[in-house]
Amino acid sequence: MKRIPDALLMAMAAVLLGLIAGALLMLAIGSNPFEGYYYLFRGGLMNMQRVGNTIALSTTLILTGLSVAFAFRTGLFNIGAAGQMLIGGLCATTVGLLVPLPRPILLVVMVLAAMLGGALWGSVPGLLKAKFNVHEVVATIMMNWIAYWVVYYFVPAYLKGQFLETESRVLPAASSLRTPWLTDLFNGAYLNMGLFIAIAMIIIIRFLLNRTTFGYELKAVGSNRDAALFAGIQVNRSIILSMVIAGGLAGLAGASFYTGYSANIQIGVLPIQGFDGIAVALLGANNPLGVLGAALFFGLLHAGKGFMNAMTGIPPEISDTIIATIIYFTATSLLIGRALDYVVRRKKKGGK
Amino acid sequence: MEYVVEMLNIRKEFPGVVANDDITLQIRPMEIHALLGENGAGKSTIMSILFGMYHADRGEIRVRNKKVTISNPNDATDLGIGMVHQHFKLVENFTVTENIILGLEGSQVLNRKRAAERIQALSDQYSLKIDPYARIDEISVGMQQRVEILKMLYRNADVLIFDEPTGVLTPQEVHELMQIMKDLIKEGKSIILITHKLKEIKEAADRCSVIRRGKLVGVVDVKDTTEKQMAAMMVGREVSFKVEKEPRTAGEIVLDIQQLNVQNARKYRSVKEFSLQVRAGEIVGLAGVDGNGQKELVEAITGLCTIESGHILINGKDISSLSVRRRNETGLAHIPEDRHKHGLIMDYTVAENMVLKTYYHPPYSNYGVLNEKAIAQHAAKLIELFDVRSGRGAFTPAGKLSGGNQQKAIVGREIDMDPDILLAVQPTRGLDVGAIEYIHKRLVEQRDKGKAVLMISLELDEIFNLADRIAVISNGELIDVVDTSETNEEEVGLMMTGYKRGTA
Ligand SMILES: Nc1ncnc2c1ncn2[C@@H]1O[C@H](COP(=O)(O)OP(=O)(O)OP(=O)(O)O)[C@@H](O)[C@H]1O
Ligand SMILES: [Mg+2]
Repeated sequence: MKRIPDALLMAMAAVLLGLIAGALLMLAIGSNPFEGYYYLFRGGLMNMQRVGNTIALSTTLILTGLSVAFAFRTGLFNIGAAGQMLIGGLCATTVGLLVPLPRPILLVVMVLAAMLGGALWGSVPGLLKAKFNVHEVVATIMMNWIAYWVVYYFVPAYLKGQFLETESRVLPAASSLRTPWLTDLFNGAYLNMGLFIAIAMIIIIRFLLNRTTFGYELKAVGSNRDAALFAGIQVNRSIILSMVIAGGLAGLAGASFYTGYSANIQIGVLPIQGFDGIAVALLGANNPLGVLGAALFFGLLHAGKGFMNAMTGIPPEISDTIIATIIYFTATSLLIGRALDYVVRRKKKGGK
Repeated sequence: MEYVVEMLNIRKEFPGVVANDDITLQIRPMEIHALLGENGAGKSTIMSILFGMYHADRGEIRVRNKKVTISNPNDATDLGIGMVHQHFKLVENFTVTENIILGLEGSQVLNRKRAAERIQALSDQYSLKIDPYARIDEISVGMQQRVEILKMLYRNADVLIFDEPTGVLTPQEVHELMQIMKDLIKEGKSIILITHKLKEIKEAADRCSVIRRGKLVGVVDVKDTTEKQMAAMMVGREVSFKVEKEPRTAGEIVLDIQQLNVQNARKYRSVKEFSLQVRAGEIVGLAGVDGNGQKELVEAITGLCTIESGHILINGKDISSLSVRRRNETGLAHIPEDRHKHGLIMDYTVAENMVLKTYYHPPYSNYGVLNEKAIAQHAAKLIELFDVRSGRGAFTPAGKLSGGNQQKAIVGREIDMDPDILLAVQPTRGLDVGAIEYIHKRLVEQRDKGKAVLMISLELDEIFNLADRIAVISNGELIDVVDTSETNEEEVGLMMTGYKRGTA
């Protein structure tokens, strides 16, 4: 009960320190940090459309963050969210472009295809770890590059766009996760139905981790493999399933990004959101609700940086620097925790 | 100088518990000062404060008559204080020398050869018989402990803290350790010794501070105090060291091990043609020197390793190729030797750990959904029964329990499963005399209910106290099985070295 506020406090301290670092940087390049932040947040929140875009960016981050956080809770470090997301996006796009189905069914099939694609991509490192004890960090990174090259050759061969070799055809509106009422509500923002998937996943993963025997087993394996074996838990099965689920979540991120936020898939890029998922999970303390908060915040920083740049000339990279600083502070949260402890203790003493 | 270390009016609180409540400890130069107290009394906590790992909420520490603040282990080291922890902190694939100089690289020019020479000299001085170039994973636990001792000596410590050093040692090693400690104080060191074994305190210590539930009960001169008196002081009541046990005739065979062969990780056959039967309503004690195949035998029975050949039957059913879970469901429970590795998930709460083997059954879960209420109630019951003490009861993370309370939690969980055959490996390791008395009673109760118990212990006392029959293992072979009433410690001791009865 007490642990969550602790983690929250730590995350807030990291965010604050990150913002302060960003302010110092703005000062260093001769800009006014108050102005900078004003436009940064305005850029992300100024009107319905901007809010919609912020949430749309966050949607993808929620899902990749959830993927990394879920794996981490079960003792696995999933660096492969990018590749899983890419394959998920490829599967969804392929279905969306090539399979003629009525819209509601088509969307369901696209989303399922994305999830399965990601799950397949996650299952390989899971299997390698379970059967041959290959470290999942190595395996997931390799799978990222395999995904990269699969897309590189698959898209021009089967989904080639009208003009460009380097990207797929644009999805028709009928096979986009964007939906008119949402788009209208947010004045044409990129916000799409992926958001509902993301929210559903937060609820499901939270329930799965905290309330089910399956979650109990996965966390047990993650925390002490020997004791899990001793308890009769099938450790190898848990590891594989855990990677399958993490992959599936990242695959869903692919659907929301490539067939919702965007409308086609480009070759030669590993989606940065896959790696940002690591930061989201870290700041969110690997807790599904924490992931939601962290994803919204990082989404806001990404959404507002263009506007800040346009209004003040502060380079948009400041946003990335802030994120990097926050990650840095979160990673060293042990120190922050100790500092907090010290302050609290001093207060207590002073009070007496 | 009357005292080399003084801890005055120390108080330390953890969420929900006052671990140290106004404790004063005064250590004289060149004495062995024992610290005695129940599980969770606060012994490890106060020593961690002295070693700078925790900070006292209140109180004063004086070292050689000077008031000091110790904010981390480096401060403690600088003050000449060293500590051997309940669980060693050594790097397995480093050599002795590398382990000892680890952390000193910055302050001194790293010269391994010189370091090794100095370690050799120290080892000779205190007859520790350590090879500076041996790798940690190649030497016995007893030797590893000496490396920890050398680590302190190498850093010129002259106040040495030992937190339950004998729990992991064989009786022979315990004896040697006591000798080493006596040699150390002759050379001017002072020692604080935490142990639950009154015999060891009698053998080695000069004075003894007794704490109960975070408070100091008193300080006694060991030579004027009996073991019974010390036990009563610490528990607050009379403790009986002998278990009451009615004779009874054993029933059907429950556990039947037939010509079992097991290879260890290095492909060396460590259990050889081993056959043993344990019947309903009896406790069989397996005696043997540590490392003679007990570990592999246990892993083979529980399914943690695969067997080479042979059969293991429970109630007539061959379980030797079943999964761990199926074996548990056949009526097997297991108190593991290594509580940190196998027994508990430290990040899980006590409540979650109490259902480690049963979480997937009703009432703890229904259709895959955990029933937190049922789990909490179950934990509350076991906590009460087995007196598992902690700050926040069922919601305390297992890692925050004191060592002995962790053990009580595991023993409680396994006995509560009411297994047909209970495999109890060192069931009372690290427990205080009061808790040992209770656990022994519960084991005898299992037997009286007509269940079978196979107990593996390095302590002959415990085996003689509880077992109806004693099986002796040496070098992976069963030497003999004898009735406890028809043998004695000497004979069993001899068998443990491999001599068969009548051939000696
Ligand atoms: N880090 C911690 N957080 C919360 N509670 C703690 C922590 N460390 C110890 N405690 C609690 O403080 C009390 C004293 O623990 P301590 O480890 O000092 O006992 P001990 O006397 O060494 O017992 P044992 O003989 O079982 O090792 C226990 O109730 C324990 O649960
Ligand atoms: Mg202790």
